[in-house]
Amino acid sequence: MSITATLIGQMITFAILVWFIGKYLWGPMTQMMDDRKKRIADGLAAAERGLHEQELAEQKAMQHIKEAKEQAAEILAQAQKRGAEIVEDAKGDAKAEGERLITAANAEIEQEVNRAKEALRAQVVDITIAAAGKIVKKEIDAKAHGELLKDVVGQI
Amino acid sequence: MSSSTASEANGPTAVEYIQHHLHNNSIGDGGFWVLNLDTLIYSWLLAGVLMYIAYTMGKKMTSDTPTGGQNVLEAIVEFVQQQIKDIFPGSNPLIGPLALTIFMWVFLMNAMDLIPVDLLPVLGQFVGINYMKVVPTTDLSTTFALALSVFALIIYYNIKIKGPMGYLKMFLFHPFGKYLIPVNIIMTTIEEVAKPVSLGLRLFGNMFAGELIFMLIALLGGASLLGLIPQIALGTVWAIFHILVISLQAFIFMLLTIVYLGMAHQDIEEH
Repeated sequence: MSITATLIGQMITFAILVWFIGKYLWGPMTQMMDDRKKRIADGLAAAERGLHEQELAEQKAMQHIKEAKEQAAEILAQAQKRGAEIVEDAKGDAKAEGERLITAANAEIEQEVNRAKEALRAQVVDITIAAAGKIVKKEIDAKAHGELLKDVVGQI
Repeated sequence: MSSSTASEANGPTAVEYIQHHLHNNSIGDGGFWVLNLDTLIYSWLLAGVLMYIAYTMGKKMTSDTPTGGQNVLEAIVEFVQQQIKDIFPGSNPLIGPLALTIFMWVFLMNAMDLIPVDLLPVLGQFVGINYMKVVPTTDLSTTFALALSVFALIIYYNIKIKGPMGYLKMFLFHPFGKYLIPVNIIMTTIEEVAKPVSLGLRLFGNMFAGELIFMLIALLGGASLLGLIPQIALGTVWAIFHILVISLQAFIFMLLTIVYLGMAHQDIEEH
């Protein structure tokens, strides 16, 4: 139970063991753990960033939706206005057209009346001449009394 | 556990039993030039186990999906790393592997203490090996090999960091300033030499005492059949307690190594 040359052997063993463990275990493992630490930190930062970006995107989307809604409302209002306008226009047109039609119809009626009057007048002349002829039993010279008859008819 | 009892005529007495168990299987002519084969072979075996684990684990470890063994090793490595970060000023590529090796190797050598005290020596006697001391850290040569290696590193880094003159100044002007140079030399020398001596003796003492108590407990059962009950009870209690001791001693050796090397890395303070 004293210190012997075993000491030297153990020191050499110790030195080799330290070298070996440093090379094959400590070095790679600490390296890997550092890398992993960095990757986890990066991943968390990326996740954070992603979350932030998502928030921004959501805000943007809300903004867009709001704008779209506003636009839609505006378009709707415009369309309603335009529709009302069109209806108003159509009403105006229809009124004008109706008036025009009424006027035309009135004019035609007048024309027809005039024409009927003319025809009637002519027939009255003929009938009058015939009647007069029958009354005087004598052929009336249409030519000679035409002037007179016309005057009479004109007074009818 | 004991195959021999004091009452048997041809068996060894209790003293003989203990002495037999404390005898190294050694070659050499006595004095310093003796090789304790059992110490060497067991510590080499454990070093080999460590190397095997280190090599295979170092090769197959993955960053993404660590499993079983890798988790354990990572926990140990991280633990050692944390100790170094807390204690050690600056950085040194050697301190990590050194601390990790001390922790694991000393732990494994201490853990040989938990194998039933007679098991391996009795198996050895079957194949003709008469003496066998299983726990390498109950050999002063092992503990002092570690302590002196650390001591050599302490001196090396003291000279490297403080410079030869700085190291000399530490002996001359520390701890009492420049008016008490002779006292300073004695004090600092004692302080420095105490480091490896306390390192080596603490580990040796704890392990040797633990081993001795295992032997005494083993003797209980040998004395009589009734002794088996206290032997089993005490052996169990002591073994459980010893789990704490072996871990603690490995940890203390590692921690003091870091502390001492950390002190060697500090610049000299003026007095």
